[in-house]
Amino acid sequence: MPHHPPPIDDRLLSLDASGRPTLHAGRDRQSGRLVFPPPADHSRFALEPLPREGRLWSWTVQRFRPKSPPYAGPEAFKPYAVGYVALGDQIIVEARLTGAPLDGYKIDMPVVLVGEAFELADGSRRTTFAFAPGGMAA
Amino acid sequence: MSDVHIIGAGIHRFGRTPELTGLEQGAFAVRQALASTGLDWADMQFAYGGSDAAGKADTMVAELGLTGIQFINVANGCATGGSAMFGAYVTIKSGEFDLGVAVGFDKHPPGAFDPKPAEWGLPEWYGDTGLMLTTQFFAMKIQRYMAMHGIGTGTLAAVAEKAFANGALTDHAWRRQPLSAEEILSSQMVSDPLTKYMFCSPAEGAVALIFASEKKARELGLPSVKLRAAAVRSRPPGSFEVFSPALDIERGPSPTVIASTAAYEMAGVGPEDIDIAQLQDTESGAEVMHMAENGFCADGEQEAWIAEGRTRIGGRLPVNTDGGCLACGEPIGASGLRQVFENYMQLTGRAGARQVGGNPRLGYSHVYGAPGVSAIAILER
Repeated sequence: MPHHPPPIDDRLLSLDASGRPTLHAGRDRQSGRLVFPPPADHSRFALEPLPREGRLWSWTVQRFRPKSPPYAGPEAFKPYAVGYVALGDQIIVEARLTGAPLDGYKIDMPVVLVGEAFELADGSRRTTFAFAPGGMAA
Repeated sequence: MSDVHIIGAGIHRFGRTPELTGLEQGAFAVRQALASTGLDWADMQFAYGGSDAAGKADTMVAELGLTGIQFINVANGCATGGSAMFGAYVTIKSGEFDLGVAVGFDKHPPGAFDPKPAEWGLPEWYGDTGLMLTTQFFAMKIQRYMAMHGIGTGTLAAVAEKAFANGALTDHAWRRQPLSAEEILSSQMVSDPLTKYMFCSPAEGAVALIFASEKKARELGLPSVKLRAAAVRSRPPGSFEVFSPALDIERGPSPTVIASTAAYEMAGVGPEDIDIAQLQDTESGAEVMHMAENGFCADGEQEAWIAEGRTRIGGRLPVNTDGGCLACGEPIGASGLRQVFENYMQLTGRAGARQVGGNPRLGYSHVYGAPGVSAIAILER
């Protein structure tokens, strides 16, 4: 069985035995509003899994290495795509994008949640979340 | 209740000034503003001032004079200058004082800003994994806007080309070298679709404005403009802001839209009455979107407006006549007051090589920044 590095944040992201990721939001118990990432206050927010599939709402490419801090990635830098993904009629979530060339993303394309290995500057590894082209029929 | 006038203005050149601290640039701007009126620091009854990263404004009394003045520091992120001006506005309007100053200054290191997640109420992973960049936000906002409203990259380049052309005519601008649309489009891609020359850079600079009541302005007999509206608004539900890990599916207006609506109402004028506008242009797409958010055109009409040169000096609505943030850089605490300074110079006919013709009467300024705040001022000659 492959080894999966621990999630970048336990409340945000869970991994099942096969490494399949689920993202979580917090549902405001009073107003019903969905909040992401889920706030820590359990008395006000109920943890709720988000849909795994969605559509790309917008995107860009991070072409220079962000300043550290806050960026905790390794010194060696490769540009990466980021985007906002509309998850059904629930919420629009910001995430890294993966699985396509940097110029291969398009607004409205179907995307699906994947776990992505992320190496911190100290060499330790985590799993973060990303979206890749695929999922629901276009 | 008194009407509020601006009777003097000073600026320290934007860009890089290694030999002066941000505070010293602030004091320079205050002295220049005072000199423009013939008044003395001791005549000032109150001051509002601030910077985002260059120190406490009120410490400049050490340099300007220990007159015992009421000096209030303002710290309101990208709206620091706009908020200092709002302080001056209500202070005079209320009748509490009738002569005072608002000053904003800053000095940022080169490169993109490096925010700390905790200071923005965000979890560490958001910064760790490389999602916490203002540049990404601006790129994704304009990327979607372009797709929804049929704006092309040529329009983004035309906005930056105009900014550098105007900057070349402006003494206080940082970047004074005109650039062609081709050079702008082919410069390094930073965050798609925005290239290096479509983004402004953090910088240094300072601006001071002298405010007076109607009665005081008349007594002094100085060239003055009336501050018809000053409004600062934070974000409403459903807006799209810097550093948002998620957005509500139900979309809403921006803080700019509500600040703008409030300012037009205060002034009793509409966007069609405005002769000249300074709009937040953190990157060229921001100017495009802010033209619509401030009510000057409908979404998508910018493509034709810009192609026809309507926002150039000499156009129907000149926008960012001093080159805006693109040519001046963005010292956060000073940036909003620079826009008001520029409108003051234009409305009093002293903008030199970049002077807008036809005796402009109403000048509009709009500053926007993280985490979703807009400040609008409307000046009348």
